[in-house]
Amino acid sequence: MIPLSWYLIVAAALFCIGMYGILARRNAVAMLMAVELTLNAVNINLIAFWRYTDPSSSAGVAWAIFVFTVAAAEAAVGLALIISIYRQRESVIAEELDILKY
Amino acid sequence: MLTSYLAIVPEIMLIVLAAIVLVYGRHPEGDRKRAVGLFTSWGILVVLLVTIGMSFAGVPGNVPEDLWGGMFRNDGVTLVFRVMFLSAALITSLITVDVKRLQHGEYFALVLLATVGFNLMAAASDIIMIYMALETASISFYILAGFATDHRRSPEAGMKYFVYGAFASGVMLYGLSFLYGLSGGETNIYALGDALSGHIQANSPILMLAAVFVIGGFAFKVSAVPFHFWSPDVYEGAPISTTAILSTASKAAGFSIFLRLFLAGAMGAPSRDNWWVLIVVMSILSMLLGNFAAIYQTNFKRMLAYSGVAQAGYILIGLAAFSDEGASSAIFYLFMYVFTNIAAFGVLILVSNVTGSDELSDLNGLSRRSPYLALVMLFALLSLSGIPPAAGFFGKFFIFRAAIDAGYWWLALIGVLNAFVALYYYFNVIKYIYLFRSDEEDKPIPVSRASAVALGLCMVGILYLGILPQGLFNWTQSVASAFLP
Repeated sequence: MIPLSWYLIVAAALFCIGMYGILARRNAVAMLMAVELTLNAVNINLIAFWRYTDPSSSAGVAWAIFVFTVAAAEAAVGLALIISIYRQRESVIAEELDILKY
Repeated sequence: MLTSYLAIVPEIMLIVLAAIVLVYGRHPEGDRKRAVGLFTSWGILVVLLVTIGMSFAGVPGNVPEDLWGGMFRNDGVTLVFRVMFLSAALITSLITVDVKRLQHGEYFALVLLATVGFNLMAAASDIIMIYMALETASISFYILAGFATDHRRSPEAGMKYFVYGAFASGVMLYGLSFLYGLSGGETNIYALGDALSGHIQANSPILMLAAVFVIGGFAFKVSAVPFHFWSPDVYEGAPISTTAILSTASKAAGFSIFLRLFLAGAMGAPSRDNWWVLIVVMSILSMLLGNFAAIYQTNFKRMLAYSGVAQAGYILIGLAAFSDEGASSAIFYLFMYVFTNIAAFGVLILVSNVTGSDELSDLNGLSRRSPYLALVMLFALLSLSGIPPAAGFFGKFFIFRAAIDAGYWWLALIGVLNAFVALYYYFNVIKYIYLFRSDEEDKPIPVSRASAVALGLCMVGILYLGILPQGLFNWTQSVASAFLP
Protein backbone atom coordinates (compact mmCIF):
# COMPACT_ATOMS: atom_id res chain seq x y z
CA MET A 1 0.00 0.00 0.00
CA ILE A 2 1.20 3.51 -0.78
CA PRO A 3 2.31 5.20 2.43
CA LEU A 4 0.21 8.03 3.85
CA SER A 5 3.02 10.52 3.51
CA TRP A 6 2.87 10.37 -0.30
CA TYR A 7 -0.67 11.65 -0.31
CA LEU A 8 0.21 14.36 2.19
CA ILE A 9 3.13 15.48 0.01
CA VAL A 10 0.89 15.72 -3.06
CA ALA A 11 -1.62 17.70 -1.00
CA ALA A 12 1.10 19.98 0.35
CA ALA A 13 2.41 20.60 -3.17
CA LEU A 14 -1.08 21.38 -4.42
CA PHE A 15 -1.64 23.70 -1.48
CA CYS A 16 1.58 25.56 -2.18
CA ILE A 17 0.69 25.94 -5.87
CA GLY A 18 -2.67 27.33 -4.81
CA MET A 19 -1.10 29.76 -2.36
CA TYR A 20 1.39 30.89 -4.98
CA GLY A 21 -1.46 31.42 -7.41
CA ILE A 22 -3.43 33.57 -4.99
CA LEU A 23 -0.42 35.69 -4.16
CA ALA A 24 1.12 35.98 -7.61
CA ARG A 25 -1.65 35.91 -10.24
CA ARG A 26 -3.04 39.23 -11.37
CA ASN A 27 -6.27 38.02 -12.89
CA ALA A 28 -9.15 37.70 -10.41
CA VAL A 29 -10.53 34.58 -12.14
CA ALA A 30 -7.14 32.90 -11.88
CA MET A 31 -7.02 33.81 -8.20
CA LEU A 32 -10.41 32.14 -7.78
CA MET A 33 -9.03 29.00 -9.41
CA ALA A 34 -6.05 29.08 -7.07
CA VAL A 35 -8.42 29.24 -4.09
CA GLU A 36 -10.12 26.10 -5.40
CA LEU A 37 -6.72 24.39 -5.60
CA THR A 38 -6.04 25.01 -1.93
CA LEU A 39 -9.43 23.61 -1.01
CA ASN A 40 -8.78 20.52 -3.13
CA ALA A 41 -5.46 20.06 -1.38
CA VAL A 42 -7.41 19.99 1.87
CA ASN A 43 -9.76 17.41 0.40
CA ILE A 44 -6.88 15.10 -0.50
CA ASN A 45 -5.56 15.51 3.03
CA LEU A 46 -8.93 14.71 4.55
CA ILE A 47 -9.59 11.64 2.44
CA ALA A 48 -6.05 10.31 3.00
CA PHE A 49 -6.26 10.80 6.76
CA TRP A 50 -9.72 9.22 6.80
CA ARG A 51 -8.54 6.15 4.87
CA TYR A 52 -5.40 5.62 6.93
CA THR A 53 -6.53 6.51 10.44
CA ASP A 54 -10.25 6.01 10.80
CA PRO A 55 -11.94 4.26 7.83
CA SER A 56 -14.79 2.95 9.98
CA SER A 57 -16.25 6.38 10.72
CA SER A 58 -17.53 8.66 8.00
CA ALA A 59 -16.37 12.01 9.42
CA GLY A 60 -13.52 12.56 6.97
CA VAL A 61 -15.50 11.81 3.81
CA ALA A 62 -18.48 13.79 5.02
CA TRP A 63 -16.18 16.69 5.72
CA ALA A 64 -14.66 16.49 2.24
CA ILE A 65 -18.16 16.62 0.75
CA PHE A 66 -18.91 19.72 2.83
CA VAL A 67 -15.66 21.31 1.69
CA PHE A 68 -16.39 21.00 -2.01
CA THR A 69 -19.98 22.10 -1.51
CA VAL A 70 -18.73 25.22 0.22
CA ALA A 71 -16.10 25.67 -2.49
CA ALA A 72 -18.85 25.67 -5.12
CA ALA A 73 -20.86 28.26 -3.18
CA GLU A 74 -17.76 30.35 -2.73
CA ALA A 75 -16.96 30.20 -6.44
CA ALA A 76 -20.50 31.34 -7.27
CA VAL A 77 -20.25 34.34 -4.96
CA GLY A 78 -16.73 35.12 -6.15
CA LEU A 79 -17.73 35.09 -9.82
CA ALA A 80 -20.72 37.30 -9.03
CA LEU A 81 -18.40 39.83 -7.39
CA ILE A 82 -15.99 39.64 -10.32
CA ILE A 83 -18.86 40.32 -12.73
CA SER A 84 -20.06 43.31 -10.74
CA ILE A 85 -16.55 44.74 -10.86
CA TYR A 86 -16.20 43.98 -14.56
CA ARG A 87 -19.41 45.88 -15.30
CA GLN A 88 -17.96 48.98 -13.66
CA ARG A 89 -14.43 48.91 -14.98
CA GLU A 90 -14.19 46.48 -17.89
CA SER A 91 -11.31 44.75 -16.14
CA VAL A 92 -10.69 41.85 -13.79
CA ILE A 93 -7.03 42.59 -13.08
CA ALA A 94 -6.43 42.70 -9.36
CA GLU A 95 -3.81 45.44 -9.51
CA GLU A 96 -6.32 47.83 -10.98
CA LEU A 97 -8.52 47.55 -7.90
CA ASP A 98 -6.76 50.44 -6.25
CA ILE A 99 -9.35 52.96 -5.13
CA LEU A 100 -9.01 51.68 -1.60
CA LYS A 101 -5.57 52.09 -0.15
CA TYR A 102 -3.84 53.82 2.70
CA MET B 1 -35.10 14.46 20.13
CA LEU B 2 -37.09 17.45 21.30
CA THR B 3 -34.12 18.93 23.13
CA SER B 4 -32.12 18.83 19.89
CA TYR B 5 -34.69 20.98 18.15
CA LEU B 6 -35.28 23.26 21.15
CA ALA B 7 -31.57 24.05 21.17
CA ILE B 8 -31.64 25.49 17.67
CA VAL B 9 -34.97 27.33 17.87
CA PRO B 10 -33.33 30.79 17.52
CA GLU B 11 -31.44 29.68 14.40
CA ILE B 12 -34.56 28.10 12.87
CA MET B 13 -36.50 31.30 13.54
CA LEU B 14 -33.77 33.40 11.93
CA ILE B 15 -33.73 31.23 8.81
CA VAL B 16 -37.53 31.37 8.50
CA LEU B 17 -37.37 35.13 8.96
CA ALA B 18 -34.67 35.39 6.28
CA ALA B 19 -36.81 33.35 3.87
CA ILE B 20 -39.84 35.59 4.50
CA VAL B 21 -37.79 38.76 4.05
CA LEU B 22 -36.22 37.37 0.89
CA VAL B 23 -39.55 36.44 -0.70
CA TYR B 24 -41.63 39.46 0.27
CA GLY B 25 -38.93 42.11 0.16
CA ARG B 26 -37.53 41.57 -3.32
CA HIS B 27 -38.49 44.78 -5.07
CA PRO B 28 -40.07 46.98 -2.43
CA GLU B 29 -41.88 50.08 -3.72
CA GLY B 30 -42.96 53.27 -1.99
CA ASP B 31 -43.93 52.77 1.65
CA ARG B 32 -42.79 49.17 1.61
CA LYS B 33 -39.16 50.21 1.22
CA ARG B 34 -38.83 51.00 4.90
CA ALA B 35 -41.12 48.12 5.88
CA VAL B 36 -38.46 45.53 4.92
CA GLY B 37 -36.00 46.83 7.49
CA LEU B 38 -38.63 47.44 10.15
CA PHE B 39 -40.06 43.94 9.72
CA THR B 40 -36.57 42.45 10.01
CA SER B 41 -35.90 44.47 13.16
CA TRP B 42 -39.14 43.37 14.81
CA GLY B 43 -38.41 39.80 13.79
CA ILE B 44 -34.93 39.88 15.34
CA LEU B 45 -36.40 41.44 18.50
CA VAL B 46 -38.82 38.49 18.75
CA VAL B 47 -35.96 36.00 18.27
CA LEU B 48 -33.93 37.81 20.94
CA LEU B 49 -36.83 37.73 23.40
CA VAL B 50 -37.50 34.05 22.65
CA THR B 51 -33.81 33.26 23.21
CA ILE B 52 -33.78 35.06 26.57
CA GLY B 53 -37.17 33.59 27.53
CA MET B 54 -35.99 30.06 26.75
CA SER B 55 -32.93 30.56 28.93
CA PHE B 56 -35.24 31.28 31.87
CA ALA B 57 -37.17 28.12 30.99
CA GLY B 58 -33.96 26.09 31.21
CA VAL B 59 -32.70 25.93 27.60
CA PRO B 60 -29.70 25.91 27.80
CA GLY B 61 -29.61 24.53 31.32
CA ASN B 62 -26.77 24.32 33.82
CA VAL B 63 -25.13 21.35 32.16
CA PRO B 64 -23.77 21.65 28.62
CA GLU B 65 -25.84 19.73 26.09
CA ASP B 66 -23.94 18.11 23.22
CA LEU B 67 -26.47 17.75 20.46
CA TRP B 68 -26.65 16.78 16.80
CA GLY B 69 -23.92 14.17 17.06
CA GLY B 70 -21.60 16.41 19.05
CA MET B 71 -21.74 19.16 16.42
CA PHE B 72 -23.65 21.64 18.49
CA ARG B 73 -23.06 22.54 22.10
CA ASN B 74 -25.83 24.43 23.81
CA ASP B 75 -24.54 26.01 27.00
CA GLY B 76 -24.15 29.34 28.75
CA VAL B 77 -21.39 30.52 26.44
CA THR B 78 -23.61 29.90 23.42
CA LEU B 79 -26.36 31.90 25.12
CA VAL B 80 -24.16 34.92 25.93
CA PHE B 81 -22.86 35.08 22.38
CA ARG B 82 -26.33 34.58 20.91
CA VAL B 83 -27.65 37.54 22.87
CA MET B 84 -24.66 39.56 21.70
CA PHE B 85 -25.07 38.66 18.01
CA LEU B 86 -28.82 39.17 18.03
CA SER B 87 -28.40 42.59 19.68
CA ALA B 88 -25.83 43.52 17.05
CA ALA B 89 -28.10 42.34 14.21
CA LEU B 90 -31.08 44.17 15.74
CA ILE B 91 -29.28 47.50 16.09
CA THR B 92 -27.67 47.14 12.65
CA SER B 93 -30.95 46.47 10.90
CA LEU B 94 -32.53 49.44 12.71
CA ILE B 95 -29.81 51.81 11.49
CA THR B 96 -30.11 50.35 7.97
CA VAL B 97 -33.87 50.98 7.65
CA ASP B 98 -33.44 54.43 6.12
CA VAL B 99 -30.36 53.85 3.99
CA LYS B 100 -31.71 54.18 0.45
CA ARG B 101 -29.40 51.89 -1.46
CA LEU B 102 -29.72 49.04 1.04
CA GLN B 103 -33.51 48.88 1.22
CA HIS B 104 -33.71 45.44 -0.36
CA GLY B 105 -34.92 42.17 1.08
CA GLU B 106 -31.66 40.52 0.01
CA TYR B 107 -29.59 42.77 2.23
CA PHE B 108 -31.59 42.05 5.36
CA ALA B 109 -31.87 38.35 4.55
CA LEU B 110 -28.09 38.17 4.29
CA VAL B 111 -27.69 39.97 7.61
CA LEU B 112 -30.00 37.35 9.14
CA LEU B 113 -28.12 34.44 7.55
CA ALA B 114 -24.81 35.87 8.71
CA THR B 115 -26.29 36.02 12.19
CA VAL B 116 -27.23 32.34 11.91
CA GLY B 117 -23.59 31.71 10.99
CA PHE B 118 -22.39 33.64 14.06
CA ASN B 119 -24.75 31.77 16.38
CA LEU B 120 -23.57 28.44 15.01
CA MET B 121 -19.94 29.54 15.35
CA ALA B 122 -20.54 30.25 19.03
CA ALA B 123 -22.23 26.87 19.48
CA ALA B 124 -19.91 24.77 17.30
CA SER B 125 -18.04 22.05 19.15
CA ASP B 126 -16.85 20.11 16.13
CA ILE B 127 -14.29 21.30 13.61
CA ILE B 128 -16.55 20.43 10.66
CA MET B 129 -19.25 22.59 12.22
CA ILE B 130 -16.76 25.36 12.91
CA TYR B 131 -15.79 25.43 9.25
CA MET B 132 -19.37 25.34 7.98
CA ALA B 133 -20.56 28.05 10.38
CA LEU B 134 -17.58 30.23 9.56
CA GLU B 135 -18.27 29.92 5.85
CA THR B 136 -21.99 30.63 6.32
CA ALA B 137 -21.08 33.92 7.94
CA SER B 138 -18.19 34.73 5.58
CA ILE B 139 -19.99 34.04 2.30
CA SER B 140 -22.89 36.23 3.46
CA PHE B 141 -20.42 38.97 4.26
CA TYR B 142 -18.65 38.83 0.90
CA ILE B 143 -21.98 39.81 -0.64
CA LEU B 144 -22.89 42.31 2.08
CA ALA B 145 -19.57 44.10 1.56
CA GLY B 146 -20.06 44.30 -2.20
CA PHE B 147 -23.78 45.04 -2.02
CA ALA B 148 -23.83 48.66 -3.18
CA THR B 149 -23.09 47.86 -6.83
CA ASP B 150 -23.81 51.45 -7.92
CA HIS B 151 -20.97 52.63 -5.77
CA ARG B 152 -17.43 52.27 -7.08
CA ARG B 153 -15.81 51.32 -3.81
CA SER B 154 -18.24 48.68 -2.59
CA PRO B 155 -17.68 45.87 -5.16
CA GLU B 156 -13.95 46.40 -4.79
CA ALA B 157 -14.29 45.95 -1.03
CA GLY B 158 -16.38 42.82 -1.59
CA MET B 159 -13.82 41.40 -4.01
CA LYS B 160 -10.91 42.09 -1.66
CA TYR B 161 -12.74 40.58 1.28
CA PHE B 162 -13.60 37.56 -0.85
CA VAL B 163 -10.08 36.87 -2.07
CA TYR B 164 -8.44 37.35 1.32
CA GLY B 165 -11.28 35.57 3.12
CA ALA B 166 -11.25 32.53 0.85
CA PHE B 167 -7.47 32.37 1.18
CA ALA B 168 -7.66 32.57 4.99
CA SER B 169 -10.37 29.95 5.27
CA GLY B 170 -8.35 27.67 2.96
CA VAL B 171 -5.31 28.06 5.19
CA MET B 172 -7.35 27.45 8.34
CA LEU B 173 -9.00 24.41 6.80
CA TYR B 174 -5.62 22.97 5.88
CA GLY B 175 -4.59 23.34 9.51
CA LEU B 176 -7.81 21.73 10.72
CA SER B 177 -7.29 18.77 8.37
CA PHE B 178 -3.96 18.14 10.11
CA LEU B 179 -5.60 18.27 13.52
CA TYR B 180 -8.05 15.66 12.23
CA GLY B 181 -5.25 13.44 11.02
CA LEU B 182 -2.94 13.86 14.02
CA SER B 183 -5.67 12.99 16.50
CA GLY B 184 -6.43 9.77 14.61
CA GLY B 185 -9.76 10.82 13.14
CA GLU B 186 -11.35 12.96 15.83
CA THR B 187 -13.43 15.96 14.84
CA ASN B 188 -15.08 16.91 18.12
CA ILE B 189 -12.96 19.62 19.74
CA TYR B 190 -13.14 18.11 23.22
CA ALA B 191 -12.16 14.70 21.87
CA LEU B 192 -9.36 16.46 19.95
CA GLY B 193 -8.21 18.05 23.18
CA ASP B 194 -8.01 14.65 24.89
CA ALA B 195 -6.34 12.94 21.95
CA LEU B 196 -3.74 15.61 21.33
CA SER B 197 -2.77 16.10 24.95
CA GLY B 198 -2.55 12.34 25.52
CA HIS B 199 -0.69 10.98 22.52
CA ILE B 200 1.36 13.67 20.92
CA GLN B 201 3.81 16.06 22.46
CA ALA B 202 2.34 19.55 22.49
CA ASN B 203 5.31 20.90 20.62
CA SER B 204 5.64 18.38 17.80
CA PRO B 205 6.50 20.32 14.63
CA ILE B 206 3.56 19.16 12.55
CA LEU B 207 1.11 20.07 15.31
CA MET B 208 2.77 23.47 15.59
CA LEU B 209 2.35 23.96 11.85
CA ALA B 210 -1.32 23.02 12.06
CA ALA B 211 -1.79 25.38 15.01
CA VAL B 212 -0.12 28.24 13.14
CA PHE B 213 -2.45 27.71 10.15
CA VAL B 214 -5.55 27.55 12.32
CA ILE B 215 -4.53 30.63 14.31
CA GLY B 216 -3.84 32.44 11.03
CA GLY B 217 -7.38 31.75 9.84
CA PHE B 218 -8.89 33.03 13.06
CA ALA B 219 -6.59 36.04 13.22
CA PHE B 220 -7.94 36.95 9.80
CA LYS B 221 -11.50 36.72 11.12
CA VAL B 222 -10.80 39.00 14.08
CA SER B 223 -8.41 41.22 12.04
CA ALA B 224 -5.37 40.79 14.25
CA VAL B 225 -1.87 41.68 12.95
CA PRO B 226 -0.39 40.22 10.68
CA PHE B 227 -3.72 39.24 9.11
CA HIS B 228 -5.37 42.65 9.40
CA PHE B 229 -4.47 44.00 5.94
CA TRP B 230 -7.97 43.47 4.55
CA SER B 231 -9.82 45.36 7.23
CA PRO B 232 -9.05 49.01 6.40
CA ASP B 233 -9.93 48.49 2.73
CA VAL B 234 -13.06 46.47 3.38
CA TYR B 235 -14.30 48.69 6.20
CA GLU B 236 -13.86 51.76 4.05
CA GLY B 237 -15.41 50.39 0.89
CA ALA B 238 -18.32 48.39 2.29
CA PRO B 239 -21.68 50.04 3.04
CA ILE B 240 -21.50 51.55 6.55
CA SER B 241 -24.07 49.24 8.10
CA THR B 242 -22.16 46.21 6.78
CA THR B 243 -19.03 47.65 8.37
CA ALA B 244 -20.94 48.13 11.63
CA ILE B 245 -21.87 44.47 11.98
CA LEU B 246 -18.65 43.20 10.38
CA SER B 247 -16.51 45.07 12.89
CA THR B 248 -18.46 43.87 15.92
CA ALA B 249 -20.41 40.64 15.57
CA SER B 250 -18.03 39.06 13.06
CA LYS B 251 -15.06 39.81 15.28
CA ALA B 252 -16.91 38.47 18.32
CA ALA B 253 -17.84 35.28 16.44
CA GLY B 254 -14.19 34.74 15.55
CA PHE B 255 -13.29 35.11 19.21
CA SER B 256 -16.05 32.71 20.28
CA ILE B 257 -14.35 29.97 18.26
CA PHE B 258 -10.92 31.06 19.48
CA LEU B 259 -12.11 30.68 23.05
CA ARG B 260 -13.68 27.27 22.68
CA LEU B 261 -10.98 25.72 20.54
CA PHE B 262 -8.04 26.95 22.60
CA LEU B 263 -9.50 26.43 26.04
CA ALA B 264 -10.49 22.89 25.05
CA GLY B 265 -6.82 22.31 24.21
CA ALA B 266 -7.73 21.16 20.72
CA MET B 267 -4.26 22.16 19.53
CA GLY B 268 -2.44 20.86 22.56
CA ALA B 269 -2.20 22.58 25.92
CA PRO B 270 -0.69 26.07 25.75
CA SER B 271 2.85 26.60 26.91
CA ARG B 272 5.68 29.01 26.44
CA ASP B 273 7.18 26.92 23.66
CA ASN B 274 4.17 26.52 21.41
CA TRP B 275 1.35 28.59 19.94
CA TRP B 276 0.69 30.53 23.13
CA VAL B 277 3.65 32.76 22.21
CA LEU B 278 2.01 33.51 18.87
CA ILE B 279 -1.08 34.87 20.60
CA VAL B 280 0.99 37.16 22.79
CA VAL B 281 3.01 38.42 19.82
CA MET B 282 -0.15 38.97 17.76
CA SER B 283 -1.73 40.84 20.63
CA ILE B 284 1.22 43.21 21.10
CA LEU B 285 1.67 43.83 17.35
CA SER B 286 -2.06 44.42 16.85
CA MET B 287 -2.17 47.02 19.59
CA LEU B 288 0.93 48.83 18.34
CA LEU B 289 0.17 48.77 14.63
CA GLY B 290 -3.56 49.47 15.06
CA ASN B 291 -3.07 52.46 17.32
CA PHE B 292 -0.19 54.05 15.46
CA ALA B 293 -1.72 53.57 12.01
CA ALA B 294 -5.05 54.99 13.19
CA ILE B 295 -3.39 58.30 14.04
CA TYR B 296 -2.71 59.04 10.37
CA GLN B 297 -6.17 58.32 8.98
CA THR B 298 -8.42 61.02 7.58
CA ASN B 299 -11.31 58.70 6.73
CA PHE B 300 -13.47 57.90 9.73
CA LYS B 301 -14.24 54.32 8.69
CA ARG B 302 -10.58 53.64 8.04
CA MET B 303 -9.66 55.07 11.42
CA LEU B 304 -12.20 52.82 13.09
CA ALA B 305 -10.78 49.87 11.12
CA TYR B 306 -7.32 50.43 12.61
CA SER B 307 -8.92 51.07 15.98
CA GLY B 308 -10.64 47.70 15.53
CA VAL B 309 -7.25 46.05 14.92
CA ALA B 310 -6.04 47.57 18.19
CA GLN B 311 -9.19 46.42 20.03
CA ALA B 312 -8.55 42.88 18.76
CA GLY B 313 -5.13 43.22 20.37
CA TYR B 314 -6.65 44.11 23.75
CA ILE B 315 -9.06 41.18 23.55
CA LEU B 316 -6.18 38.83 22.69
CA ILE B 317 -4.64 39.81 26.04
CA GLY B 318 -7.70 38.23 27.67
CA LEU B 319 -7.08 35.06 25.65
CA ALA B 320 -3.35 35.01 26.37
CA ALA B 321 -4.12 35.15 30.10
CA PHE B 322 -5.63 31.71 29.51
CA SER B 323 -7.90 31.67 32.54
CA ASP B 324 -11.64 31.77 33.25
CA GLU B 325 -11.21 35.40 34.20
CA GLY B 326 -9.43 36.18 30.93
CA ALA B 327 -12.13 34.45 28.89
CA SER B 328 -14.95 36.17 30.74
CA SER B 329 -13.36 39.60 30.44
CA ALA B 330 -12.84 38.99 26.71
CA ILE B 331 -16.56 38.18 26.36
CA PHE B 332 -17.46 41.28 28.38
CA TYR B 333 -15.22 43.39 26.16
CA LEU B 334 -16.81 42.04 22.99
CA PHE B 335 -20.27 42.73 24.41
CA MET B 336 -19.55 46.36 25.17
CA TYR B 337 -17.70 46.71 21.85
CA VAL B 338 -20.91 45.77 20.00
CA PHE B 339 -22.82 48.72 21.48
CA THR B 340 -19.90 51.11 21.26
CA ASN B 341 -18.82 50.53 17.70
CA ILE B 342 -22.31 50.28 16.25
CA ALA B 343 -23.14 53.59 17.97
CA ALA B 344 -20.19 55.25 16.21
CA PHE B 345 -21.13 53.77 12.83
CA GLY B 346 -24.82 54.58 13.39
CA VAL B 347 -24.04 58.27 13.80
CA LEU B 348 -21.77 58.09 10.77
CA ILE B 349 -24.58 56.58 8.65
CA LEU B 350 -26.86 59.52 9.48
CA VAL B 351 -24.12 62.05 8.79
CA SER B 352 -23.03 60.48 5.53
CA ASN B 353 -26.65 60.21 4.33
CA VAL B 354 -26.51 64.01 4.25
CA THR B 355 -22.91 64.68 3.24
CA GLY B 356 -22.42 61.71 0.91
CA SER B 357 -18.97 60.74 2.21
CA ASP B 358 -17.38 59.46 5.40
CA GLU B 359 -14.33 61.63 6.00
CA LEU B 360 -13.49 63.00 9.42
CA SER B 361 -14.14 66.50 8.11
CA ASP B 362 -17.78 65.54 7.54
CA LEU B 363 -18.17 65.62 11.30
CA ASN B 364 -17.19 69.30 11.48
CA GLY B 365 -19.56 71.27 13.66
CA LEU B 366 -21.71 68.24 14.45
CA SER B 367 -22.24 69.45 18.02
CA ARG B 368 -23.98 72.57 16.74
CA ARG B 369 -25.75 70.82 13.93
CA SER B 370 -27.21 67.91 15.92
CA PRO B 371 -26.19 68.03 19.58
CA TYR B 372 -27.71 64.65 20.43
CA LEU B 373 -25.87 62.84 17.64
CA ALA B 374 -22.70 64.53 18.81
CA LEU B 375 -23.38 63.29 22.33
CA VAL B 376 -23.85 59.68 21.16
CA MET B 377 -20.62 59.90 19.18
CA LEU B 378 -18.85 61.42 22.19
CA PHE B 379 -19.87 58.50 24.39
CA ALA B 380 -18.93 55.98 21.71
CA LEU B 381 -15.47 57.52 21.46
CA LEU B 382 -15.08 57.72 25.24
CA SER B 383 -16.01 54.06 25.43
CA LEU B 384 -13.56 53.10 22.68
CA SER B 385 -10.78 54.95 24.44
CA GLY B 386 -11.71 53.45 27.81
CA ILE B 387 -12.78 56.45 29.87
CA PRO B 388 -15.48 56.18 32.56
CA PRO B 389 -18.46 56.44 32.74
CA ALA B 390 -18.53 54.68 29.36
CA ALA B 391 -18.46 50.87 29.13
CA GLY B 392 -15.00 50.72 27.57
CA PHE B 393 -13.38 51.58 30.87
CA PHE B 394 -14.55 48.39 32.53
CA GLY B 395 -13.87 46.41 29.38
CA LYS B 396 -10.20 47.36 29.52
CA PHE B 397 -10.11 47.19 33.33
CA PHE B 398 -11.31 43.58 33.44
CA ILE B 399 -8.95 42.52 30.64
CA PHE B 400 -5.89 44.08 32.28
CA ARG B 401 -6.87 42.73 35.69
CA ALA B 402 -7.17 39.23 34.22
CA ALA B 403 -3.72 39.56 32.67
CA ILE B 404 -2.18 40.73 35.96
CA ASP B 405 -3.91 37.97 37.94
CA ALA B 406 -2.51 35.42 35.49
CA GLY B 407 0.98 36.85 36.05
CA TYR B 408 1.40 38.73 32.77
CA TRP B 409 1.68 42.21 34.23
CA TRP B 410 3.99 43.26 31.39
CA LEU B 411 1.29 42.46 28.85
CA ALA B 412 -1.17 44.59 30.80
CA LEU B 413 1.40 47.38 30.94
CA ILE B 414 1.81 47.33 27.14
CA GLY B 415 -1.98 47.45 26.87
CA VAL B 416 -2.27 50.45 29.18
CA LEU B 417 0.45 52.36 27.32
CA ASN B 418 -1.31 51.63 24.05
CA ALA B 419 -4.58 52.92 25.48
CA PHE B 420 -2.83 56.26 26.03
CA VAL B 421 -1.74 56.36 22.38
CA ALA B 422 -5.31 55.63 21.36
CA LEU B 423 -6.57 58.62 23.34
CA TYR B 424 -4.92 60.89 20.79
CA TYR B 425 -6.87 59.84 17.74
CA TYR B 426 -10.18 59.34 19.50
CA PHE B 427 -9.96 62.82 20.96
CA ASN B 428 -8.98 64.12 17.56
CA VAL B 429 -12.45 63.11 16.35
CA ILE B 430 -14.03 64.87 19.33
CA LYS B 431 -12.12 67.97 18.23
CA TYR B 432 -13.78 67.79 14.80
CA ILE B 433 -17.18 67.42 16.40
CA TYR B 434 -17.01 70.05 19.14
CA LEU B 435 -14.42 72.62 18.09
CA PHE B 436 -14.43 72.82 14.30
CA ARG B 437 -17.12 74.84 12.55
CA SER B 438 -18.88 74.16 9.27
CA ASP B 439 -21.03 76.29 6.96
CA GLU B 440 -24.05 74.08 7.42
CA GLU B 441 -24.47 74.34 11.16
CA ASP B 442 -28.00 75.66 10.85
CA LYS B 443 -29.15 72.51 9.01
CA PRO B 444 -29.74 69.71 11.55
CA ILE B 445 -29.19 66.15 10.39
CA PRO B 446 -32.50 64.28 9.99
CA VAL B 447 -32.86 61.35 12.39
CA SER B 448 -35.59 58.81 11.74
CA ARG B 449 -37.32 57.10 14.61
CA ALA B 450 -35.70 53.73 13.80
CA SER B 451 -32.22 55.27 13.97
CA ALA B 452 -33.12 57.11 17.16
CA VAL B 453 -34.22 53.84 18.77
CA ALA B 454 -31.02 52.11 17.60
CA LEU B 455 -28.76 54.86 18.92
CA GLY B 456 -30.81 54.99 22.14
CA LEU B 457 -30.24 51.25 22.62
CA CYS B 458 -26.51 51.76 22.08
CA MET B 459 -26.42 54.60 24.60
CA VAL B 460 -28.30 52.51 27.16
CA GLY B 461 -25.83 49.69 26.57
CA ILE B 462 -22.77 51.93 26.86
CA LEU B 463 -23.94 53.69 30.02
CA TYR B 464 -25.42 50.62 31.71
CA LEU B 465 -22.25 48.57 31.19
CA GLY B 466 -20.17 51.58 32.16
CA ILE B 467 -21.96 52.27 35.44
CA LEU B 468 -23.23 48.84 36.50
CA PRO B 469 -20.87 46.33 34.82
CA GLN B 470 -21.28 43.72 37.56
CA GLY B 471 -24.47 42.18 36.17
CA LEU B 472 -22.99 41.24 32.81
CA PHE B 473 -19.55 40.49 34.18
CA ASN B 474 -20.90 38.05 36.77
CA TRP B 475 -22.85 36.35 34.00
CA THR B 476 -19.87 36.03 31.67
CA GLN B 477 -17.72 34.87 34.56
CA SER B 478 -20.17 32.18 35.64
CA VAL B 479 -20.54 30.81 32.09
CA ALA B 480 -16.81 30.99 31.42
CA SER B 481 -15.93 29.08 34.59
CA ALA B 482 -18.70 26.54 34.09
CA PHE B 483 -18.43 25.83 30.39
CA LEU B 484 -14.99 26.74 29.12
CA PRO B 485 -12.71 24.00 30.43
